[in-house]
Amino acid sequence: MPFGAVTIVGGSLAGLTAAQTLRGEGFDGTITVVEPELGDPYDRPPLSKEVLAGTWGPERVVLGAAKADLDLTWERGHHAVRLDLQDRSVQLGDGRRLPFETLVLATGATPRTLPGAAALGGVHVLRTLDDCLALRADLDAEPDRVVVVGAGFIGAEVAATCRGRGLPVTVLEAAPVPLERVLGAAMGAVCADLHRSHDVDLRLGVGVDHLVADDGGRVRAVALADGSVVEASVVVVGIGVAPRIDWLAGSGLTIDDGVVCDEHLRAAPGIVAVGDIVRWPSRRFGRSLRLEHWEHAVQSGEAAARTLLAEGGLIDRPLEAYDPVPWFWSDQYDRKIQLAGLSGPDDRVEVVIGDTAEHRFVALYGRDDRVVAVLGMNRPRHVMQLRALVAEGASFDEGLARARELA
Amino acid sequence: MRVVVDFDLCESNAVCMGIAPEVFEVRDDDFLYVLDETPSEDLRPKVEEAVRRCPKQAISIED
Ligand SMILES: Cc1cc2nc3c(=O)[nH]c(=O)nc-3n(C[C@H](O)[C@H](O)[C@H](O)COP(=O)(O)OP(=O)(O)OC[C@H]3O[C@@H](n4cnc5c(N)ncnc54)[C@H](O)[C@@H]3O)c2cc1C
Ligand code: SF4
Repeated sequence: MPFGAVTIVGGSLAGLTAAQTLRGEGFDGTITVVEPELGDPYDRPPLSKEVLAGTWGPERVVLGAAKADLDLTWERGHHAVRLDLQDRSVQLGDGRRLPFETLVLATGATPRTLPGAAALGGVHVLRTLDDCLALRADLDAEPDRVVVVGAGFIGAEVAATCRGRGLPVTVLEAAPVPLERVLGAAMGAVCADLHRSHDVDLRLGVGVDHLVADDGGRVRAVALADGSVVEASVVVVGIGVAPRIDWLAGSGLTIDDGVVCDEHLRAAPGIVAVGDIVRWPSRRFGRSLRLEHWEHAVQSGEAAARTLLAEGGLIDRPLEAYDPVPWFWSDQYDRKIQLAGLSGPDDRVEVVIGDTAEHRFVALYGRDDRVVAVLGMNRPRHVMQLRALVAEGASFDEGLARARELA
Repeated sequence: MRVVVDFDLCESNAVCMGIAPEVFEVRDDDFLYVLDETPSEDLRPKVEEAVRRCPKQAISIED
């Protein structure tokens, strides 16, 4: 059925890309965006990099889609708190019910934290611009030591940025190797080495027991499960994020660590999900995926907007299943880490170009004799060229041969 | 169509090269080179995709 209005819940990268795509495809109906934050929509990757470092002011992170003239109707300052599929409405925090015709779910993710962290001064998570500016203010005060809990990508970037500011840093990681579940033990060890070569006090295989406060209610140390204590003037908790699906509970949509969608990102007729919250079946990898990557936020926003338009008969093009080769980057110290594809801890890993000791290399990941991922450190060109191997489902031998040609 | 890259913003991650290798190339020195500043119109969809997917918003098209 044709429709005249789209409601987007969550006005950030994925949601606004959907809006931009709708307009780009000629949709001239009403687009309403529900967004609790009041300022200009912004890009998150610089929040752990340039903005945290202090080299960029917050005005530089405004999203491209937010600068475009998209004729949006904003509902700012309110969360969506409930979705009602019976009367097709979204309920806002102030009690109002917004009826919708078609809906884009784009509420992203929210950081996990430690018990008691919220009540303590000096303890931070990093997701929003406000989070970033609060942490930056604490770093400006030149703390004696920053303790980062979690050596995932965000934790690693925060550690790198703090070292760049000359601050002493301790990173605590519960696993024996950083990023082991994503990159496997060998490449995780390379990441560990990168931190240590920048004088990070990296402690692996240690769990946090609790945060220790001073008399003024500020954090002063982190107590570890092995009984030891690490002094801390600032603590950054980087232990992952959870999709923001709390408001969809009881809606009737299928929820399973994300909004479960079909291969066109459809959660229900006239309802799509995009960005960090969507879980969809990837044909390429033969399983459902949920990604927390910038590029996926853009691509899923585009794809889901086209799904709505096609469903409404507003574009007349066959839809392709959403099945990208995932791609992610992380900037740490002077290194650019890039990962194309889907790597896992049990994959075969082979360094095909360069040398891990120099922190400039490319590695291929193989599973069932197929190339499933390409990891690069300061090798952006080769990662992009070899990403095609994953797209083609090339055999591992073919991958080795192609990489040799590039080396 | 004229392709303009703001090299102060570009971080050479080669996303654009992955999309439109006819126009963009990151070389061994890790710098981005624009191979064709005025590509033909049939490359427009690819260049527009590169504009949207550049994580640094470093590419623009001047008509
Ligand atoms: C510090 C940081 C650094 C990153 N660096 C990289 C990187 O280097 N490379 C990379 O590939 N990716 C990176 N990412 C990940 C990338 O930014 C995310 O994948 C992307 O932001 C996801 O976009 P999204 O629109 O799905 O979600 P979000 O960006 O989280 O946006 C969701 C929006 O929904 C709003 N919202 C939440 N709840 C509600 C509600 N109930 N009602 C209405 N609105 C709601 C929020 O306010 C927000 O504006 C980084 C993320 C962070 C936080
Ligand atoms: S995609 Fe953007 S940042 Fe990356 S190389 Fe191209 S212009 Fe530079």
